[in-house]
Amino acid sequence: MEILMAIVVGILFTCATYLMLSKSILRIIIGTGLLSHGAHLLILTMGGLKRGAVPLLGEHAKNYVDPLPQALILTAIVISFGVTSFFLVLAYRAYQELGTDNMDMLRGTEANE
Amino acid sequence: MNNLVFLPVLLPLLTGIILIFFSKSIRIQRTLSVISFVIGVLLSTYLVSQVYTNGILTLDVSNWKAPFGITLVADMLAALLVLTTNIIALCVLLYSFTSIGIEREKFYYYSFFNFLIVGVNGAFLTGDVFNLFVFFEVMLMSSYVLLVLGGTKIQLRESLKYILVNVISSALFVIAVAMLYSIVGTLNMADISKRVAEVGQPGQLTVIAILFLIVFGLKGAIFPLFYWLPGSYAAAPTPVLALFGALLTKVGIYSIFRTYTLIFYHDSGFTHQFLGVLSLVTIIIGVIGAVAYWDLKKIVIYNIVIAVGVIAYGISLLNEAAVMGSVFYLLHDMIIKAALFLLIGIMAKIAGTYNLREFSGLIHKYPYVGWAFFIAALSLGGIPPLSGFIGKLLIVQGAFQAKDYWGAGIVLMSSLLVLYSIMKIFIHGVWGKPQEYKGSPIGIKSMLIPSAILVAISALFGLGIEFLYPYISTATDTLMDPTIYIEAVLKE
Repeated sequence: MEILMAIVVGILFTCATYLMLSKSILRIIIGTGLLSHGAHLLILTMGGLKRGAVPLLGEHAKNYVDPLPQALILTAIVISFGVTSFFLVLAYRAYQELGTDNMDMLRGTEANE
Repeated sequence: MNNLVFLPVLLPLLTGIILIFFSKSIRIQRTLSVISFVIGVLLSTYLVSQVYTNGILTLDVSNWKAPFGITLVADMLAALLVLTTNIIALCVLLYSFTSIGIEREKFYYYSFFNFLIVGVNGAFLTGDVFNLFVFFEVMLMSSYVLLVLGGTKIQLRESLKYILVNVISSALFVIAVAMLYSIVGTLNMADISKRVAEVGQPGQLTVIAILFLIVFGLKGAIFPLFYWLPGSYAAAPTPVLALFGALLTKVGIYSIFRTYTLIFYHDSGFTHQFLGVLSLVTIIIGVIGAVAYWDLKKIVIYNIVIAVGVIAYGISLLNEAAVMGSVFYLLHDMIIKAALFLLIGIMAKIAGTYNLREFSGLIHKYPYVGWAFFIAALSLGGIPPLSGFIGKLLIVQGAFQAKDYWGAGIVLMSSLLVLYSIMKIFIHGVWGKPQEYKGSPIGIKSMLIPSAILVAISALFGLGIEFLYPYISTATDTLMDPTIYIEAVLKE
């Protein structure tokens, strides 16, 4: 099971890298979304995917799944949610002000300053 | 009693929250922030003295014992860095009153200023890897907002790049933590260190060590991961730039300090040599940038890159002299970079331009600015009575002890070129024919005072080495011997 997950995470990272290397800012943001999905799945996978009950003591099971990675993922999800929403609004604002979504046109050379 | 460890984080957090309610009343915002940071400086001074007398202070949050809860750890290095951070924050805060402008002040500038300090102080004091990630995000999120606040074209353009780079490095951080957790099964740094020592750092852990180096190298601008820094920092307004230049990259460096002296020190033949080579190339690249530009901001920004290289080189040698030199240099560099950014901000305000070719002769009309800049420049270059000297001396001594003559040579040559790059500003901008300036010198005095305080602290730092030495040597002892840290945290 872990191997399958590792392959899926690898595919997510590949797609994310490809998208982040493109010119359009929206594609880049979609890429960062995929990248954080990959990272969160990776935490889950690396925590171990053994069978067990959900981490609720009311279940009275013999063994539970590891609760720590789930807490870490939850934290990482809200953080990346906050950053992504900020990034999207920033991209919108930059599109309004600068009139382009092409990263090639946003180079930081003296000609553009 | 040990709640003292948490106060440097709690105080700016509370202030930041309270300031949200008074966003339109600038006077309340200013007064409250000043009070908060004055208390912050006093508290962190007390923290340093407590750590000095009682050894490492730890706080198990909510009384969960060490490896299971989050532990906050104030060892000497962290305490000194928190003190330096608070001093710099106070000076930059005083400087922002006249320089940041009323539009920004009304839009939560001081709240984000406080939240940035929360992130920085938290990152210095935490003893948990994932908590370090969270404090990094607190710091970065505030830095995104501070960078883009105002919304000019150049700020929008450069913020896009800055955020993208940091989103990627944060994802890498999460990945690195996941990998590490799968091998050691814990997140507490002391416990990680113990378990890494038990398995003796096999190949997988070395890979993770390099992954951490990439993550912290992206935050701290090490070659080849520094490319985002010059453009992004040049977009920020002066006080924000001073905060970033003094604090943000140094948090990355501090994390390298922690991971490479506490956790991954068993296979130093590979990891530390790798770090050493990268840091020497960082120095060379930084020097090339600093010498090449005629733009005030760019020159000092590339000097950040050089300093990061020098400190990282000291860590990579991993002998007592070099690590102590790195600690000295880290503290010195935080103060002097803040001072230099504030001073060039004043010069650019007078001259109305950041281009060095367009003004000269500042010293005739503004002698205090000129002389303060001169002292800061000498200190940056590492001239003996001033603060930059002892750190570099110890690093070079460490390099000779490790028989790394090339490294020592590069560090020494870099000092020469750093001095040249900064004296270029002095010779062309401060000396020469006085002329009519395009800028407005209104409020120069109130901007000069905080900058002068930082320059004075830097000079006292250089003169008072004897006084500071026991503190730094305590910090170095903890870094060189991880068992002190582990025993303090796990209480065995």
